[in-house]
Amino acid sequence: MITYIIRRLFAAVVLLFVVSVITFSIFYLVPRLIGGSAESLATRYVGRAATAETVKVTTERLGFNDPIYVQYANWAKGVAIGTEYDYGAGVEQCPAPCLGYSFITRQPVWPDLLDRIPVTLSLAAGAALIWVTFGVSVGVLSALRRGSVFDRAAMSVSLAGVSLPIFFTGLVCLSFFSYKLGWTAPGGQFVPVSENPAKWAYAMVLPWITLAFLFSAQYARLTRAGMLETMNEDYVRTARAKGLPEKTVVVRHGLRGALTPILTIFGLDLGLLLGGAVLTEKTFSLNGLGKYAVDGIIANDLPKIMGVTLTAAFFIVMASLVVDLLYAVVDPRVRK
Amino acid sequence: MTEIAEHSYRPGTEKPTSFLDVRDLRVHFPTDDGLVKSVDGLTFRVDRGKTLGIVGESGSGKSVTSLSVMGLHHGGSAKITGEIFLDGEELVGASPEGVRLLRGQKMAMIFQDPLSSMHPYYTIGYQIVEAYRIHNDVSKKAAYQHAIEMLDRVGIPQPDKRVHDYPHQFSGGMRQRAMIAMALSCDPELLIADEPTTALDVTVQAQILDLIRDLQKEFNSAVIIITHDLGVVAELADDILVMYAGRCAEYGSADDIFREPQHPYTWGLLGSMPRIDRERSERLLPIKGTPPSLINVPSGCAFNPRCTYCDLTGGRSTSERPELIDVGHGHRVACHLTRDQRDQIWRDDIQPKL
Amino acid sequence: MNTKRWRALVALAAVASFGLAACGGGGTDGDGDGDGGGGSEPAFNAAVEGVFNPSDKKGGTIKVANNGDWDSLDTGETYYGYSWNFARLYGRSLLMFKPAPGKESNELVPDLAEDLGEPSDGGKTWTYKIKKGVKYQDGTEVTAKDVKHAVLRSTDKTTFPNGPAYFEAFLDLPKGYDGPYRTKDMNTDQAIETPDDYTIVFHLKAPFSGFDFMAQLAQTMPVPEAKDTGAKYRNEIISSGPYMFEDFEVGKSFSLVRNPEWDESTDEFRKALPDKYEVTLNVNPDDIDNRLISGDVHIDIAGTGVQPASLSRILGDPELKKNADNASIARNWYTSINPTVKPLDNIDCRKAIMYGMDRTAYQTAQGGEFAGGEIATTVLPPQIPGYEKFDLYPAGEDNKGDVDKAKEHLEACGQPDGFETNIAYRAERPREKATAEAFQQALSRVGIKLTLRPFPQGDYFSQFAGNPPYVVKNNLGLAINGWGADWNDGFGFLSQIVDSRVIRPAGGSSNTSVRIPEVDKMLDDALLELDEDARNKLWGEIDKRVMEEAVFFPGVYAKSLLVRGQGLTNVFVSEAFGMYDYMNMGVEE
Repeated sequence: MITYIIRRLFAAVVLLFVVSVITFSIFYLVPRLIGGSAESLATRYVGRAATAETVKVTTERLGFNDPIYVQYANWAKGVAIGTEYDYGAGVEQCPAPCLGYSFITRQPVWPDLLDRIPVTLSLAAGAALIWVTFGVSVGVLSALRRGSVFDRAAMSVSLAGVSLPIFFTGLVCLSFFSYKLGWTAPGGQFVPVSENPAKWAYAMVLPWITLAFLFSAQYARLTRAGMLETMNEDYVRTARAKGLPEKTVVVRHGLRGALTPILTIFGLDLGLLLGGAVLTEKTFSLNGLGKYAVDGIIANDLPKIMGVTLTAAFFIVMASLVVDLLYAVVDPRVRK
Repeated sequence: MTEIAEHSYRPGTEKPTSFLDVRDLRVHFPTDDGLVKSVDGLTFRVDRGKTLGIVGESGSGKSVTSLSVMGLHHGGSAKITGEIFLDGEELVGASPEGVRLLRGQKMAMIFQDPLSSMHPYYTIGYQIVEAYRIHNDVSKKAAYQHAIEMLDRVGIPQPDKRVHDYPHQFSGGMRQRAMIAMALSCDPELLIADEPTTALDVTVQAQILDLIRDLQKEFNSAVIIITHDLGVVAELADDILVMYAGRCAEYGSADDIFREPQHPYTWGLLGSMPRIDRERSERLLPIKGTPPSLINVPSGCAFNPRCTYCDLTGGRSTSERPELIDVGHGHRVACHLTRDQRDQIWRDDIQPKL
Repeated sequence: MNTKRWRALVALAAVASFGLAACGGGGTDGDGDGDGGGGSEPAFNAAVEGVFNPSDKKGGTIKVANNGDWDSLDTGETYYGYSWNFARLYGRSLLMFKPAPGKESNELVPDLAEDLGEPSDGGKTWTYKIKKGVKYQDGTEVTAKDVKHAVLRSTDKTTFPNGPAYFEAFLDLPKGYDGPYRTKDMNTDQAIETPDDYTIVFHLKAPFSGFDFMAQLAQTMPVPEAKDTGAKYRNEIISSGPYMFEDFEVGKSFSLVRNPEWDESTDEFRKALPDKYEVTLNVNPDDIDNRLISGDVHIDIAGTGVQPASLSRILGDPELKKNADNASIARNWYTSINPTVKPLDNIDCRKAIMYGMDRTAYQTAQGGEFAGGEIATTVLPPQIPGYEKFDLYPAGEDNKGDVDKAKEHLEACGQPDGFETNIAYRAERPREKATAEAFQQALSRVGIKLTLRPFPQGDYFSQFAGNPPYVVKNNLGLAINGWGADWNDGFGFLSQIVDSRVIRPAGGSSNTSVRIPEVDKMLDDALLELDEDARNKLWGEIDKRVMEEAVFFPGVYAKSLLVRGQGLTNVFVSEAFGMYDYMNMGVEE
């Protein structure tokens, strides 16, 4: 088991390296390949009144004149051992892991990421709790009362949930619950849970529900399908034959069997979300990783994009590792 | 010896006399294609310490019968009528919760495929303990001790270690032993074994059957063995019920069924039994055709499309459903052939080839 | 259009040296669409013509939302119109636009300076006297040296690549000067002199009659050298205005609270009403609209108008519409007609396009009357002094184009059956795509076949539509374009789009089509004219001359639909900024 984990961790590092190379290439190399010059890349980071001289010094400052592998090496060096940055009136140290300085806000990226992870984490964790509880319960009830009015209603609603985009449901919810009824916080609020849990929940509840709605729908459908399958399994019949109460049969035997594939999907979903719940964060103006990435992409702020991509990749790699390990815990047949 | 019930039974008119007394049981499933009559008027009895073998092909309704007795069709779409008395208590009309408390306690069941019938995510011990603790208010530790004892009793080596193993870590025979241990954990008075050896190889089959017989003696329980293989029940059963298309085709003591079987279907089943003392070429061909659809049961005798002797009844077998008639010593058969015809065919055509 | 888009536009057009005001410009509606005239009764356009809900009551908090982020809050680097508008809360430039509704806002008034600039040496030297007793938030007094430092640091484009580049272009800086950080010890008195703490003298390379406009730039807001931290100063700004920074969270939010050292007696124009401004950054633009309407936010700082989703909702609901203003912006969404591309080298072929286009379709494509703008017939928008209304190519009663005239000119051009050419637009902009399609449809009526050619906006000018060899090689006869000036002045508006000398062979200029030597000369003459009225008249003449050549198809004079936040007092649209004036708003508690 330990060697397995070590091997996986090593693979994760290699994967992150590959992801960083690919991302770097997409944003730094591809524009050059399609005909952009070092200067034309730099023109995106100067004012509209920039002179040729300004473009030149900016090109130099951002290192666009160097060969691409040198640029990557400089970036990687920053991650590994840190780098420094000239802000005009002086020089600032950026200790490892220095994911670079934003071209636009002139801030180091790493503290920004650290600052935003709690927001994304709060969003993902809260929403996950809701959607798992809600989605799985609805799925189980739907499966047990297959064909009933409840089942049909739940499945219709969940179809809507899967199809409606968050920037639509989110805005509708905001305008109704926050602005019309005043029940929930307006968009753009975040209070760290360590500061005030009640305010934290108040600010997050609408994003949670909106995000969870989408996922609940998916999980309800998955759970329902899984339950329909496992409730017909022989071992469920055995459980009944033993005289177990129906609740125990459903939860401990039926649901337990149905949950394994859901766990896999859940792990990956959570990993993806931790890399930034882009639409939700953007809709609710939450300053999480996803919004950071979008703001970075719109502003062409390459170091930010690199930073978030790597963070997201890290979370996804970790999530899949955790899922694989959990799988062994959940399904003894996988343990060998 | 089990008593053979009167066929013309009217509900509520008689007190149950046996430990398990099933009367005119009907299990019907309404489906989109029509009404599936899985069991259609079945009556039988089993006493403590006795064994009943229910024999038939797949789809003849034998498993549905056992599940009905266990009350496992409750809450589903099945419509169950008739009466099932277990130790004097009627089960068909009883509350599902009441029947549940009997399950695992007073009656227990062993299933066909022990791999799929045990939950893959829980240890053998957990699954036995779970069953035991439902019906017995004991500590977890005591329950585990009991589970280990049960595993020991069904012949699992190193039961104190294997109790923590998962089903997939057991061999097929071991799993079936564990399954039996689980079923017997609460000393059930009725044990139903549904094809207990089908998934096992021949040597293991014999061990399992021996085990069931030994345990039955030990616990003095009533046992129902459900199988498609007459060979399985040959050694074990006191009585045999041959089912066809949800109904009883022939019912009698094991001696009668093997010595002078009366129903062409029973002959077919006997012909399908593997015998090591005969050449294959001399044997009867297995029963031709396939079991009938339970939605459109053939009119008259349900077996008529597959029966070699159908023509000998003068058309009755395609128009009139044969009654279950006592041919002596409680040996009953539902066939339009006359007694003489049956005796002659058995003597001349069938017996020599077995 | 959101700020980020603007930003991208800005970045690509960086090669053009002046202009393309992000949100700047200004203007008043002028046509008096609503009840107008101020007062406190909500009515459509109430804040366009007058001051809505006037009040001098202090206190309260104004909540501000930005759908993006400032390019920089550093007054030496910021280049957004809304940012210049807002910066007056925490900084005092030498001059500023008068905080008043309508045309009056185009007037320059002294702020940190005691009076407007005093030119000498034929407009080559400009002297300003600085008010005494103006203090930073730390209590130290603002001196001429601080203004000098602020201006000099803004010329360091290594540290501040985003800022306007007027000063380094006009000031007589010593050769090799690289800003106050890298060339600290170089004597810069030849460019800026500070004979005493309250006098600052600017020396220009050449006479420039409009230097007062440069003196109103946020780059003249003082920065104390001792507290200057270069690129990091944007997060550590020392206020010289009535408010100072508090709770700064980069990329997320900040607050402005009262600067206790601000002395009202030195400041005749600022009311400084609210106790606090709370600013949230990077807010979902659709959510901002909802919050403005619900009263949760008072100001949508970008000032570019509501999102398309809210537009019809507001216009369709009288209750909402009466709290909205249709602000005009000094910007022309036009289309270049390139005379370098055959057969458009023939003026009659160009005129066929001028006549053949359906102006109403252009307006619709740009977003309609309220969010797009008014149909334009000139280069200069009405806000720019010197603007004269004329229409050289009447498009018929219904403004849908004069097909007969167009055909006549096609005949004269030798292409009676029409011709084929391409039309370039920025792929990321739905409005430009719609405009290109409108051209395609309207011109097909006279046989001119257009092929749509979308290009990425990041390289639109540098590689494609602004790259002369590319234009010729790829037959880009038409290119969708747009322009707004940094301030409402003829030079600022015209120099980058009608001067043929700004066209760079390697690409990067907004101007590709206007190549009229006579116009170049007229521009030079105007720059030397120190009399304002005479100068303004020259801009109008240049406008006409350009239109005669049929190389510039005016589309719309831009407008946007703004929502007045609930409870705001002193709300008015400043023509100078083309949006609400943010300096003197108050809020009812």
